Order: sequence, then structure tokens, then C-alpha cells
Amino acid sequence: MFHLSKRKALPWYQAWAIRLAAIVIALVVCAVVTTVVTGLNPLKVYATMWQGAFGTSRKTWVLLQELAMLLGVALALTPAFRMKFWNLGGEGQILMGGLAAAACMIVLGDKIPNGFLIILMIVLAIALGAIWAVIPAFFKARWNTNETLFTLMMNYVATQIVAYYVIVWEVPKGSGKIGIINQSTQIGWLPQIGPYKYLLNILVIAVLTIVMHVYMKYSKHGYEISVVGESQNTARYVGIKVEKVIVRTLLLSGAICGLIGVLLVGGTDHTITTTIAGGRGFTAVMVAWLAKFQPVAMVAASLLLVFLERGAQEISTAFQLNHAFGDILTGIILFFIIGSEFFISYQLKFRRNTGKEGEGNV
Amino acid sequence: MENNRIPAVRMENITKTFGTVVANNKVDLEIYRGEILALLGENGSGKTTLMNMLSGIYFPDEGRIFIDGEEATIRSPKDAFDHGIGMIHQHFKLVDVFSAAENIVLGLEGGGRLDLEKSSARIREICENYGFEVDPKQKIYDMSVSQKQTVEIVKLLYRGADILILDEPTAVLTPQETDKLFAVLRNMRDDGKAIIIITHKMHEVEDLSDRVAVLRKGEYVGQMLTKETNAREMTNMMVGRQVSLNIERPEPVDPKPRVEVKGLTVRNSDGIVKLDDVSFTANTGEILGIAGISGCGQKELLEAIAGLQPVEKGSICYIEDDGTREELVGKDPMKIASMGVALSFVPEDRLGMGLIGSMDLTDNMMLRSFRNGKSVFTDRKAPRELAEKVVDELEVSTQSLSTPVRRLSGGNVQKVLVGREIASAPTVLLSAYAVRGLDINSSYTIYDLINKQKKAGVAVVYVGEDLDVLLELCDRILVLCGGKVSGIVPGRDADKNEVGLMMTRVGGGEKDVPSVEA
Repeated sequence: MFHLSKRKALPWYQAWAIRLAAIVIALVVCAVVTTVVTGLNPLKVYATMWQGAFGTSRKTWVLLQELAMLLGVALALTPAFRMKFWNLGGEGQILMGGLAAAACMIVLGDKIPNGFLIILMIVLAIALGAIWAVIPAFFKARWNTNETLFTLMMNYVATQIVAYYVIVWEVPKGSGKIGIINQSTQIGWLPQIGPYKYLLNILVIAVLTIVMHVYMKYSKHGYEISVVGESQNTARYVGIKVEKVIVRTLLLSGAICGLIGVLLVGGTDHTITTTIAGGRGFTAVMVAWLAKFQPVAMVAASLLLVFLERGAQEISTAFQLNHAFGDILTGIILFFIIGSEFFISYQLKFRRNTGKEGEGNV
Repeated sequence: MENNRIPAVRMENITKTFGTVVANNKVDLEIYRGEILALLGENGSGKTTLMNMLSGIYFPDEGRIFIDGEEATIRSPKDAFDHGIGMIHQHFKLVDVFSAAENIVLGLEGGGRLDLEKSSARIREICENYGFEVDPKQKIYDMSVSQKQTVEIVKLLYRGADILILDEPTAVLTPQETDKLFAVLRNMRDDGKAIIIITHKMHEVEDLSDRVAVLRKGEYVGQMLTKETNAREMTNMMVGRQVSLNIERPEPVDPKPRVEVKGLTVRNSDGIVKLDDVSFTANTGEILGIAGISGCGQKELLEAIAGLQPVEKGSICYIEDDGTREELVGKDPMKIASMGVALSFVPEDRLGMGLIGSMDLTDNMMLRSFRNGKSVFTDRKAPRELAEKVVDELEVSTQSLSTPVRRLSGGNVQKVLVGREIASAPTVLLSAYAVRGLDINSSYTIYDLINKQKKAGVAVVYVGEDLDVLLELCDRILVLCGGKVSGIVPGRDADKNEVGLMMTRVGGGEKDVPSVEA
């Protein structure tokens, strides 16, 4: 017989040893599955995964860009999640930010100076993303509506609005898509740093990570968010205005999502589609939980997810496997990594025998 | 008590550990039929753990249990029942929308058909035997706390339990209800049942039990016959050293009105009147006790003064030293603080309102003061110093300042909360059930702290549940009954039974009399 009991906090190196062991076991299990299912040499498959993520400098840049965008959304969710406000509307908030940016590029592209246009794009995108998050926050603060459902529904509204404008602005007519906006003039495109197309986005998110870390850990706002998240009664008892904190925090959360929208539309894609957010609003939820809402740990969590995704893509093309196989490996690895967190907080204990009679009754 | 009888329960060499904490270490305990055993010990001494092993909630790591001389293995509450062992927990386990009879038969195995009439008849029979008053048809949500407790006891008897464990059964009862409970417990003892009662109240131990067994820090210290011992000896045994059992009550020095409440009426969020036309004055340098059955408006009264409860009618006036009056109704805690009213509040729900369980001591100290200064960043230096001071002065036992307060024991949690609240040099101290669940030692530390505030000229409002303590500690006692002021009595010559009656009837007379308060 065995039973589970909660551990005392482990020193960091033991916790990481458990995580490392989990990854090793995951790789062994994946190797067995790979051999049994496909007959391929698992080491070759792993090497290909690595190639897919870091094989060329272009692939590395793409990986960093994907990492930055996913991390950015996870950072946006951080203050809301710390407050136990489950913002599942990242997708819609990014879309609205992206839409604002695209609208400026298309409608005002040739009417105002480029520098001014870019500033306007950023401001409007942040504003629209923030509005999209504040609507559910206001209802939550005022009438305690369920924020999970509300933010989720706002995603669908945003998708439909973007779908509508894609038709309005489609080029050429009838194609159902917008294509690259201002391709010849590059008006409204965010500036490129040297030859590196993705560097600006990566730098913005790097700064944001540090800012968010400091905001949550050392600012008065961050402290208020933690108090409201842990106990609204305590917050009221010490005079924190809970409604105000909810609205203010979601303004911030939505604003960052809006910023991601403008980075995607103005910085890299230079177009808008209904799928431009690419599911990041949801993947970021996983990142946030994996990292236990710690901004710095989110870097590692995002890297893991992006690496697995890029690697899985690569093996499915390189070995002409269908995409599902890559997902199987990704699933196994995530299962072990998330599972290892359980063994960091709990331990298995085997029970000593308690006498002959006890055994007889088991 | 003859010693050659076979004990109903014999626990031998019982050890139970949780992680690195040893909750019970080689405990021996014997319980006889026809006897009431009081199990004594400070918080965290392992009483409840020991009883949980008897009732099948935990399984001992080591040791053996004998029932009527035969070794028994108790792995689940069902095993415990099969041996006739039943436990009444501090929190009742009843289904609100079911009747008493339905709750009593709930979960019993039997034929396919539910015969409530037959069950009700048996329930009535049990009630007559022991002197319970239970209406089998009454729904639980219509019952008072003491009626619910009665249902729990009848439930155990109905199932044939003859070894009963009661975990702090009187914490929620009025004196009259306690007397009634004790009467049926005595009847049950005379009927040959074995009864174990866990309580912190010494006079109850002396009043009710035949024998006491004492645990200290998880270990069995000893046992004695109740008639051969006294409260002082028992307390010394529990604590392990000499303690004084007298609560100090200095005369108030120059009391002046500090908070004047007039015609206060409060409804809760369901629209139910919780305070009805309440008026009183709290004076400086004085402890005003609030007595009442639980849930008759104490919580709402303190929260209304602290600015946390919307007020329907009436006024709460804060009177400054120079006689300036400030109205507190309609202002939130921030506003009240910014008016310069130094009001401290130790709420009933320590970890749900007063503190944040997952935060450490420093961050909890910061709750009141984090806004200080113009910087957008928090300053943790002052709170850390305060935490150090509180840990030092109030002897809080904690691993470090960065331990989440949830990990501390009840007494230490309360010291942290009280320590923070009095650190701001308040002029008004509101305290709700400050010693609930605390052992004698911690309780006296808290009484001392409150008395120090009183001597410093603070107007203390003390909501308590133990009438004996209220009568020893407070200068005046306001008795609430169903949200109305039943009367205000001087603490020094109040009669416990009189106050008990006032708690159940406005004015305290034999019949219902209208409120005498204006």
C-alpha cells in the first residue's frame, strides 16, 4: 500500500533534477513510440527536431520571433491570471489590435506622414485591445459575470468583425483576402533594425518581460493584484477598491494583447487575417500555468512549446509523416513535464506493515 | 471507577506523523463504558488527530487499537461504525434541505424501500430515552445550531454507536443549550455508553467529565479523576508549567465617549435585517463586550463600524479628543483612515479577511501600510521590521519571516493579525472572536494584548463567545439577540444565567418583551 503526501518545499536543484529526469523519461518513451509506430531511428528523429528549430539562422530567427509573440501574450495574461481573472480573450484582443493597425495602414496610408501613422497605429491598437478586455472586466466588477465565458465569446465577435473588414478591404476583389498591405511603399510597416526582420519584436518583448516582472513583484499595483486575487474580502478590508483594480488590470492585459496585434500586423505579417493570432491567446494560457504566472519562467515555458511545435513540423515534412505524429511526440513530452510538477509538490510513501491482523484485513 | 474492567477502547503506543511533523507519539489511552472522558491539550497537541484515528479518518503509522479487549483495525469511518464508534465534528455534516429523519437514515444500508415512518418512531424512542428534543420531520435549514448538533448525536445513536466522540461541542452553544447537552450526555453515560469530549473550557471539564486525559505536543502526559483535580492542575499539565488563570481587569481610567452608535439598522445582501435599531457608546480606556448567539449581528456590527457593511439607517459617530464628531456611515475603510480615524479591526475570518494565507509575514504586515509613500513601488523594509518585532514580542513560532501565514498554527496566525492591527496605534480596536480555537496559553497572550490597549486609552469592542471570559474581561457587556440590543450590563457584577437568557430573549425576561432600548 502507498499513499501520497505533500512535500516541504524542495531546494531548487532537486526540483530541477526531477524536471530533468522527466524530460529524459519522456525522450525514452518517445523513442520507443517512434520505433514501434514508424520504424525510424529515434535519434535521427530527435536530430531532425533540433534541426527544425535551430538548423539554420533563418530557422532560429523564426523560432525567436514565435517565442517572442507567444511570450508576449503570456505576459499579457499574467496580471489578469494573478488576480484569478481568467482572461481567455487574448485571441480577440490581439485581433482587435491587429485590425486597428491594419485599418490605419489601409485607410490613412497615403494621407498622413509615416512616422505619425505608426504612432497612431500603436496607440489605436493598444486602445482597441484594452477596450476588448475592459468590457468583460467592467461586467465582472459591476455584476460579477463569469469572465471566462465572456472573454471567450468576445473572441468570436472579434473574429467576425475582422472577417467583415477582410471582405471590405480585399485585394483583388473577390479573392477573400487582403494580401500584403502597402507592399511597394511600406507605409505603416514598423521599422526594421538592420537586416534583422524580427529583431524589433524580440527586443520589445524582452523589455516587456522585465517590466512585467518588476511590475508584478515590486509595484504597489502588483501587490494589489495579488491581494485581490487571493481574497477580495481581505482587499476590501484594507480599503483596496476591488472593482477599480479589476478594470485597471484588464486594461493593462488587453493593452498588451493589442500591442502584440500591432507587432504582428505592422512588424512581420503586414496583412490581417482572421487567424493572425494563431491560437496564441490559448497556447499562452498553457504557458502562463506552466510558468506558475512568473514572467521570467514564461520565457522557458514559451521556448519549450515553440521548440516542440517547430520540431514537430520539421519531422512531419522530413520523414513524410502526417502532422499527427509530431503532435503525439509533443503530447508525450508535455505530459511528462507537466506530470513532473506533481512530484515536485507531492511524494509517494509506502506504508509500513502494522501487524499481522492489519495485513489480514487489507 | 473499577480498574479491573475491560476498557471499551484501548489505544496502545499510537504514533502518527504528517511529513516531518509528529502529531501523536506513542500515545496510550483507555476509555471505559459508563464514563465521560475529557481529552485535554493545547492547540496542536494532537487531540483531534488521535480521535480521527479512532473514527477511521486517519490510519495510525504505528500502534494498536483494542475494542472491548479485542484488537481492531479501523481503516475507514465505516469500520469505526462497525465497532460502534461515532464522532461529532466541529462542522456538522448534514444535508440542509432534508428533514432530521432523512438525514439520520441517510447512507444506511437496508432494503429497497425507505420507511421513514418506522425510522421516525425509532428516532422518537431514542429521544425519549435520553431526553433529546428532535422533530423528525423538521428540515435542517429551519434548525438552530444546537438542534443540528442534536440531530448529529441522534444519528450516531440510531446507528448503534456506543462509543461517542465530541470535538468541541459547546463552542457554538449558549449556556442554556450547553446545560441541556450535558444533561443528555450524562443520561447516555448512565446508559453505559463511553463518551469522549474534546474541549478547551475548564469549567465544562470540571462540570461534566469523570476522568481527564492530557496530551502535550503529541505525547500522552497523564490522566486523573476529575473529582481529584482542579482547573489549575489540569492547565499546568497541559502547558507543562505554571500558568495564572486570572484575567486582569483594570478599572477604566477617565472613560470618554469615543464611538457613538445610534439607531443602526443593517440588512445583509439577501435583504434580511441583521441589525435592528442598535444604539450604544464605546468609551476610551474601556472594553465593551458583545455577547450573543452566533449570527445575531455581531459580524455586521463590527463591519458597519469599519466601513465594510452598507448601513440602511442610523449613525456611527467617531468622537475625537477635542469633541469633534465625525460621521462614519457611508464611508469606506480608505476614507475612514484618511479622515485620521485610527481604527483597527481583527475580523472573525482571519485567513479569509484579516490576512492572506499564501503570503508571508512581511507581505501580510504590508496590507495596512503598502500605500505609504509616493513611490509606485512597495517598500518592504518597514513591514519586515514590523514582522520581526511582532514575531519577537508576541513569541510567534514560525520558521522564518518568509513562511506563508497559512502554514502557521491558529494561535500564531492570530498573533500576527493582532500584532499588525495594534501596531498602528489605534484609538478604536474592534475584535471578533479573538481567541476562537486558541489554547489557554495563546488566549491569555491575546487578553493581555487587549488589556494593554485598554490601558493605553483605546476604545475596545470585544465580540466573544465564551461568556465566562466576557464576564471576566469586559467592563460592560452589550447583549445582542436577533440583531436587537437585548441590554447592556456592567461586566463586574453581571450574572451569567441572566446574560444567557438575554441572548435568547430580548430583555432577558421569561416571556417575550419588547425592546427596552430607544
